[in-house]
Amino acid sequence: MKSLVIERTDLEKLFSTLVGRGYRLIGPTLREAAIVYGEIKTVNDLPIGWTDGQAAGQYRLQRRGDAALFGYNLGPHSWKKENLPPSLRLFSAERRDQSFVIIEEPADELPMAFIGARSCELHAISIQDRVLMQGPFVDPTYARRRNQTLVIAVNCGQAGGTCFCVSMKSGPQATQGFDIALTEVLDGHRHYFLTEVGTTRGAEILNDVPHRAARDVEKAAAQRIVDRTAATMGRKLYTGGLKEFLYSAYENPHWDDVAARCLSCANCTMVCPTCFCTTVEDVTDLSGAHAERWQKWDSCFTADFSYIHGGSVRSSTKSRYRQWLTHKLATWMDQFSTPGCVGCGRCITWCPTGIDITQEVVSLRERQPGRKEQSDGEP
Amino acid sequence: METIPEKPFGQEPMSTDPRHFRAYRMKRRWQETHDTFTIELAAMDGSEPVNFAPGQFNMLYVFGQGEVPISISGDPRQPSALTHTVRAVGSATKSLRRLKAGEGLGVRGPYGSPWPLEGARGNDVVVVAGGIGLAPLRPALYELLHRRADYGQIVLLYGTRSPTDILYRKELARWRARFDLETLITVDRATDGWHGHVGVVSTLISKASFTPANTTALICGPEIMIRFTALALEKRGVTPENIYVSLERNMKCAVGFCGHCQFGPLFVCRDGPVFSYPRVKGLLAVREV
Repeated sequence: MKSLVIERTDLEKLFSTLVGRGYRLIGPTLREAAIVYGEIKTVNDLPIGWTDGQAAGQYRLQRRGDAALFGYNLGPHSWKKENLPPSLRLFSAERRDQSFVIIEEPADELPMAFIGARSCELHAISIQDRVLMQGPFVDPTYARRRNQTLVIAVNCGQAGGTCFCVSMKSGPQATQGFDIALTEVLDGHRHYFLTEVGTTRGAEILNDVPHRAARDVEKAAAQRIVDRTAATMGRKLYTGGLKEFLYSAYENPHWDDVAARCLSCANCTMVCPTCFCTTVEDVTDLSGAHAERWQKWDSCFTADFSYIHGGSVRSSTKSRYRQWLTHKLATWMDQFSTPGCVGCGRCITWCPTGIDITQEVVSLRERQPGRKEQSDGEP
Repeated sequence: METIPEKPFGQEPMSTDPRHFRAYRMKRRWQETHDTFTIELAAMDGSEPVNFAPGQFNMLYVFGQGEVPISISGDPRQPSALTHTVRAVGSATKSLRRLKAGEGLGVRGPYGSPWPLEGARGNDVVVVAGGIGLAPLRPALYELLHRRADYGQIVLLYGTRSPTDILYRKELARWRARFDLETLITVDRATDGWHGHVGVVSTLISKASFTPANTTALICGPEIMIRFTALALEKRGVTPENIYVSLERNMKCAVGFCGHCQFGPLFVCRDGPVFSYPRVKGLLAVREV
């Protein structure tokens, strides 16, 4: 892949080119004391000079002391809120005589350009693609958004306190799923982006943005940044034999221990970039002549989620946490040939009680009945 | 792990939007028991009926009220009379009960895996139903009887909570009168006038005549009943691979998007609802999977 350089001063031209071509820019921006993804217009909307300190149950905005545009890791938002909106009307219906007619939703939204997607997030997107558009059925709303969305990735210049993408083989360097990938380099007085092109669509965009071929020393500087990030992961998860282990761990005593700390609040599923579960709500207006069906994010941590006549299948918090973790790291692999976890660490950061999926796996392995020393744990 | 899928009887291609309904109207509805009714639906535009295989289900949408997965309980050879038997226990099922003849509703499907009737040819077939679990088994019984000569002994074991909960009474009476079908019925709690068997349905297994080594068993009912029935059949010598169970889970989409129906690695909507027993045996033994 040919590497290019875009100077910091020319980055605005990338944004204006995208806007000029009709893209709606979605990128990181400061809001509600966090770095979240929202509609942006210019480089100045980025969280310039800010970073995020993260630990289990903890997220703090901090000043960086430089003017990095992408000098943070991940906020509570993921791109799934754009691809699979938290709340989406599927159709409307109007009464006609004894029956009703369905009014399809218009598909008129502008194409989006994601600015600043991280490697773990690109993996999360491709995991959701498998669920919603690569199986026997295709979600047409999701597929439309995915097919028209342009992705500008950013390689991580630092590892967050709850990151473990290296363990999940999903980062920190973007290797797939982008049109353009940037590595931000702040080198003394110089500030530039080592740029890689992933698609012809990306190459075509760059025709309108000043750039030049990267020098070897610039490539090396960018590679050092990514390597350093990979070497300083905040967490790790040993995945050897993990699927088979979890299939055998349904009765592990440690689930009770997690259940004593888990509030069943569903935060982990809301911030998770791969969690895809939804429910539908059917509503009518007061006259009863107009009905709508809304699709909304749902969570396996609620009582309603597994309700069938007679009660919830998973009534205990223990069973819900077990379902969630087992799904992420074991059953997902049989369903979609990939784990459902990309090591982004959001579930750790945004858990109000700081439950740490990497630590729970260690504890589960340690407490597995009949475990032979050294046989299940990390070698 | 072993998979079942038999080819459904000439299933039509689906709309590209898997959440797209076809418009149907209520043709007629009749009460089966105090809380259970059967509906017969017809395509609004008079279009060709959609074929289904015994064991499959549809999603039924009532205007503004909600949508609910309901197994098809009619004869697969008469798909134009789309038949569902419903127990009115929630808001969607209760609003289905309120629909009058001629009123419209949305139907999408059929979804899910069918009973393995083709694979059972030449075998004895034991059908075990608990409560409304008889509904998704009735299409299988129709088909077995249509092709009666293809099978050995056919046994229906049916259990309900009480005599008033027995579904399809007239049909059961006709089936009991047949010499080529052994029908045994039991209730959990007898009431005055009940002279039949009392006890859970698995207790009927030892009373029925079939050759376990050459038997295919089809089970549908409450999960606890499925579990103990399968164990009892195994104990009598039926090969686990020849036992099939139909499971129930919360479903919103029926196409594997919504995540609600997960049972370990399985999506009940897409991989089931009919599973070969060895595929789910381990999970059935775990509480709250």
